[in-house]
Amino acid sequence: MIEPHITSAFDRELEAVQAHLMKMGGLVEAAIMDAAISLETRDEDLAERVRKNDRLIDEMETRVNEEAARLIALRGPTAVDLRTILTVMKISSNLERVGDYAKNIAKRTSVLVQMTPIADSSSDIRRMAKTVELMLKDALDAYIQRDVALAQDVRLRDREVDQMYNALFRQFLTYMMEDPRYITGCMHLHFIAKNIERMGDHVTSIAEQVIYLVTGEMPEEARPKGDKTPYMVEPRG
Amino acid sequence: MNDMRIVERDVNANEIKIKGDKVQVFYGENHAIKDVDIEIEDKKVTAFIGPSGCGKSTFLRSLNRMNDTIDGCRVEGTISLDDEDIYDKKVDPVQLRARVGMVFQKPNPFPKSIYDNVAYGPRIHGLASSKAELDAIVEKSLRRGAIWDEVKDRLHDPGTGLSGGQQQRLCIARAVATEPEVLLMDEPCSALDPIATAQVEELIDELRTNYSVVIVTHSMQQAARVSQKTAFFHLGNLVEFNETGEIFTNPKDPRTESYITGRIG
Repeated sequence: MIEPHITSAFDRELEAVQAHLMKMGGLVEAAIMDAAISLETRDEDLAERVRKNDRLIDEMETRVNEEAARLIALRGPTAVDLRTILTVMKISSNLERVGDYAKNIAKRTSVLVQMTPIADSSSDIRRMAKTVELMLKDALDAYIQRDVALAQDVRLRDREVDQMYNALFRQFLTYMMEDPRYITGCMHLHFIAKNIERMGDHVTSIAEQVIYLVTGEMPEEARPKGDKTPYMVEPRG
Repeated sequence: MNDMRIVERDVNANEIKIKGDKVQVFYGENHAIKDVDIEIEDKKVTAFIGPSGCGKSTFLRSLNRMNDTIDGCRVEGTISLDDEDIYDKKVDPVQLRARVGMVFQKPNPFPKSIYDNVAYGPRIHGLASSKAELDAIVEKSLRRGAIWDEVKDRLHDPGTGLSGGQQQRLCIARAVATEPEVLLMDEPCSALDPIATAQVEELIDELRTNYSVVIVTHSMQQAARVSQKTAFFHLGNLVEFNETGEIFTNPKDPRTESYITGRIG
């Protein structure tokens, strides 16, 4: 680890803002899983809690950003200290977006629980959410440990999420073509799957921030992309 | 904006140590400080910033009556230390300066040993009744000055033989030896290199556990780093006085904004 600053207050402030960011990360991890579980178990109360708790995540983002602005103004950070503060700001904004997607899932859940479940799609969605949640957990661990290898690993795992999304996309399209009464439900479920796919992109961005923080450079080599739905046509047979 | 320092050390805050009420300072015809009202809190670092000639050093020096020594200097209004008017006839300026210590821009150790530099104040104020007691005061002061470990084996070497940064910490140790309640610092780091500056800044942050510290600095970044409250002076007026984070992220007065962003000097 790097040596402490002579001005120890700077270390305390940097640690504090990062601890706050990690706490925010913990809340977001919980929001992802709670949203998915509320859908699978048709638990309206849990969905309601996810929606309410998003306000806490938003407040933490505001606070992290204010503290980051303050550190820039008061400490004139350079080199790794500057990168730390820049990444703190970006990661907090990524986390806030992930929190918003979880909230959106919870909203759609409260509509979906009024309808007949569509096959076992909600379990598929829960598995997809679990994958993203584990990626987020590893991305935050990589941040704490300053672990570039783990961050790279997270970055590559986004492909799995994309593939899960492709599969769900096809599945929902098939259901809707079979029976138009499924359209409303499937549209909601599709948006939920899309939200989780977007969460994966934000988590990937967090992992990339970790790489930037440690190495001073954003990862250059293109990562494999798995979302094929922009080119999707009607499924055949 | 609130104070956003999430884990700022908890200190016994918000007690007013020094209060200035409609303070005017004149050098002959020159009206150097105009109508300054200020409340300086105990156990906090207050920074005075502003362009050259704005009156910040003048105001600092009026807080322990250092201006008394300047011919033609006149102070009006009231400045009180713990609700006691320091310009009252009953107040002995020498005693006052033992309570309100001062550290200057250039390190100015006496041409004496390190030990005697620190022991000087306690001796003239009769704070020690024995050699052992004086030794204890010297050690405690040098520790507070964060220089003990560097000089403990050569206490009887001349203070002037130390490096600039060490000399300044020696001067801080000398200033705290009389157990002051307030420490005034006039540009304490402007003659020091960045590492010595960081060491003195770290020391200032520790000193506020015990003292109220007022620092005049030309370096806005230094004010930002060390202080909890910042006062911006311009043309003899106290333009803005607020929590440091607020001053440096969202100043209220356009003159403050122009100064801290480097648009007026």
